[in-house]
Amino acid sequence: MSTVIYNVIFYILAFFVVISAAVVAFSKNIVRSAFAMVVTFLGVAGLFVLLSADFIAVTQLLIYVGGILVLILFAVMLSSRVKEIKISNLSVGYFPGGIIIALLTLLLIYIGVKTPWQKLDSVRFEPSTSAIGNSLLSNYLLPFEMISVLLLVGLIGAVVIARRKEDQE
Amino acid sequence: MSVGLSHFLTIGAVVFSLGLFCVITRRNAIGVLMGVELILNSANINFLAFSHFSSGTIDGHLFALFCIVLAALECAVALAIVLAVFRNFDKVIDMEQLTTLHK
Repeated sequence: MSTVIYNVIFYILAFFVVISAAVVAFSKNIVRSAFAMVVTFLGVAGLFVLLSADFIAVTQLLIYVGGILVLILFAVMLSSRVKEIKISNLSVGYFPGGIIIALLTLLLIYIGVKTPWQKLDSVRFEPSTSAIGNSLLSNYLLPFEMISVLLLVGLIGAVVIARRKEDQE
Repeated sequence: MSVGLSHFLTIGAVVFSLGLFCVITRRNAIGVLMGVELILNSANINFLAFSHFSSGTIDGHLFALFCIVLAALECAVALAIVLAVFRNFDKVIDMEQLTTLHK
């Protein structure tokens, strides 16, 4: 891949990710925050493609954009009084929180840029799906099975918590 | 200047900070949840950036995959809790008023 095209695509995606994440964090309207997350997740999926993580990028699209966002939008719409900003999306402590977070951002960027990370001589762009499949059934078999049990537990827990207790009302 | 590891780490740091800002300033429980999703996404960016530029192995991809699955699980359970709270606490999901587990 040509380096110039790679850089241009990176900066475009980075612009969209940062702007939409800022909208998520600063918007007064929670519906607008929820829709700005679509752009953030799509941009992050694009960044994953640039990192040669094709399978993870598609998973991000399917699970985040297709699943989590729809879930969040359902929750936003189900909890009514969305339009009353004071109730739906009141924020507190902009000023002290903002200063602390700005300092933290600068610190994290400083660490990320200045630390002499181990670097490969040449990066490779190759499909990752078959390697992920092999790893999931060899080295990572135990976490793979545990996460399936965990998903079942979480599913049952969510249903139990969210259902109406009709016998009590 | 070619885009390298530090550029992706910078993006991860910015997204993480915006997510943390969202978590600590929002009073709506769903807004806090959105901040948590941003934080998890920035963690995934870092995992994959190190996997691509620094190690060259597939392990970072698997950690990112497990992270995405756990984010989906966390989102489902947390939204179930939010809806239960919304029903039981007079239609309010303000984090500062949730001081008891049972009403």
